Amino acid sequence: MYLLILQFSDKFFYSSTACTVLSRTLMHPTHADNYENVSIIFILHWWCFSGICYTIFDLGFRFDVAWFLTETSPFMWANLGIGLAISLSVVGAAWGIYITGSSIIGGGVKAPRIKTKNLVSIIFCEAVAIYGIIMAIVISNMAENFSGTTPETIGARNYQAGYSMFGAGLTVGFSNLFCGICVGIVGSGAALADAQNGSLFVKILIVEIFGSAIGLFGVIVAILQTSKVKMGD
Amino acid sequence: MSLCPELSFNVDHGYLEGLVRGLKAGILTRSDYHNLAQCDTLEDMKLHLQSTDYGSLLTAGNEDLTVSLLDNRLKGTILTEFRCLRAHSLPPLSTFLDYITYSYMIDNVVLLITGALKHRDVEELLPRCHPLGTFDQMAAVGIARTHAELYSAILVDTPLAPFFQDAVSEANLDEMGAEIMRNKLYKAYLEAFYAFCWERGGATRDIMCPILEFEADRRSFIITVNSFGTDLSGGDRRALYPSCGRLYPEGLQLLARAEDHEQVKAVAEYYPDYKLIFSDTEDGSSRTLEDRFFEQEVHLNTLAFLDQFHLGVFYSYIKLKEQEARNIVWIAECVTQRQKSKIDNYIPIF
Repeated sequence: MYLLILQFSDKFFYSSTACTVLSRTLMHPTHADNYENVSIIFILHWWCFSGICYTIFDLGFRFDVAWFLTETSPFMWANLGIGLAISLSVVGAAWGIYITGSSIIGGGVKAPRIKTKNLVSIIFCEAVAIYGIIMAIVISNMAENFSGTTPETIGARNYQAGYSMFGAGLTVGFSNLFCGICVGIVGSGAALADAQNGSLFVKILIVEIFGSAIGLFGVIVAILQTSKVKMGD
Repeated sequence: MSLCPELSFNVDHGYLEGLVRGLKAGILTRSDYHNLAQCDTLEDMKLHLQSTDYGSLLTAGNEDLTVSLLDNRLKGTILTEFRCLRAHSLPPLSTFLDYITYSYMIDNVVLLITGALKHRDVEELLPRCHPLGTFDQMAAVGIARTHAELYSAILVDTPLAPFFQDAVSEANLDEMGAEIMRNKLYKAYLEAFYAFCWERGGATRDIMCPILEFEADRRSFIITVNSFGTDLSGGDRRALYPSCGRLYPEGLQLLARAEDHEQVKAVAEYYPDYKLIFSDTEDGSSRTLEDRFFEQEVHLNTLAFLDQFHLGVFYSYIKLKEQEARNIVWIAECVTQRQKSKIDNYIPIF
């Protein structure tokens, strides 16, 4: 009976985590304020409850990190890395484009001359998505078949390959996410400043160039991470 | 998302902020005012205004060019622009823009009541109401005889209902009662608006709250100065002072006890900004107290455009446009009455 409670506690733990994350990101800011306190308290209570139950009933061995890392296939890590690389990059690019785009449209009503010049900001944001897809293709080309099924037969090199690909995906994904947001916010300021005074655009463009360089740094580091990857037998 | 408004502001309000900033670029500058002040007739002014953002404002239609026509057309532009912004807006910007209209609604209600007391026809009064503050039940306001009747029969359905908590009393509506009601309504409105801006946080709070604090303090000073010589006692005055300003609480207590202009000036001495407003100028220019308050208001409103991703730009744009309308009408009056000496008493904005 205690085992049943513990089995369900795992599921509630994951679902309550998902609840908080969803409430923070999807809901309108004012609605989420009511829910996130409840979800956080709920999660903390379930963590404590699960932890105490595991300790009391001498089932601590179930919380086994080594088992998790060796039993999960390197393919899972590799594909997660590929997925994160492209999806987080696209989120960053989209975020930046809408921030800049709405300001260009608004400013372009009374100052139509800004419309063409400010597309450069949109292009900088789009470049971030291109970095993401390039890295996703590069990483996915490294995934090869291997014929092991147990941790010993799979071998250390395949595990290393899996983790490297996951890490590279995370690196390029998050750095492109923040790069896209940064370029978007600066581009919005550039559009509105350009609408007031045409000579300001080039100066703010320099700030944008620095902002887009950080996306490039993420790509470089990700290439370095996957340079030694060799999956297969 | 409230920690980082830059990330989510443009979803709902990016286009409108860009639009308002574009409209702000059309606000007349010092050189425009200089040109207007050089004019000798209203026809010259019309010519100069054609080269600004106003374009064909005065050339449309074939009515006689008078100062009142100019005034109406200027107010009409502000009205069109505000209605365009309000129609495209989403919450919380729509609530914010509604808050801006409530002050005009309060003025309209008091105008209708005082007009009804003087037995003026409602049809005659309605065109004199401020167009930004229209609400559905306007025609029926003149019928009420007491505050309670006014509230329960008419105003409970309008957006002004929450501001009536303090103002409802069983006393009959008379001239003085209408003024007191206006001030109590305005106090409740200002405090509600202040709480709304405070809750938004971030740049909206940093820009709007000083503006509203100044407005509250300005009302307190004006109420005090205007009550000298009437039978409004200090205790009654205290109930009318808005409490969201910098004078609250000590300054308001001192103001409630003040009996003449010197004592008011002494209260202002404690606050550097207000000390400057109340101090006598060296060059003896004929700026009244109202003018100096307007100057400070313009200064605070221009600060709103230095920051991005906040709601304050919309409020500041409307207020600066109104100031511009006042400036142009002042210049037009001086031109038509040939009083060129006073023509430079407008307040330049940018």
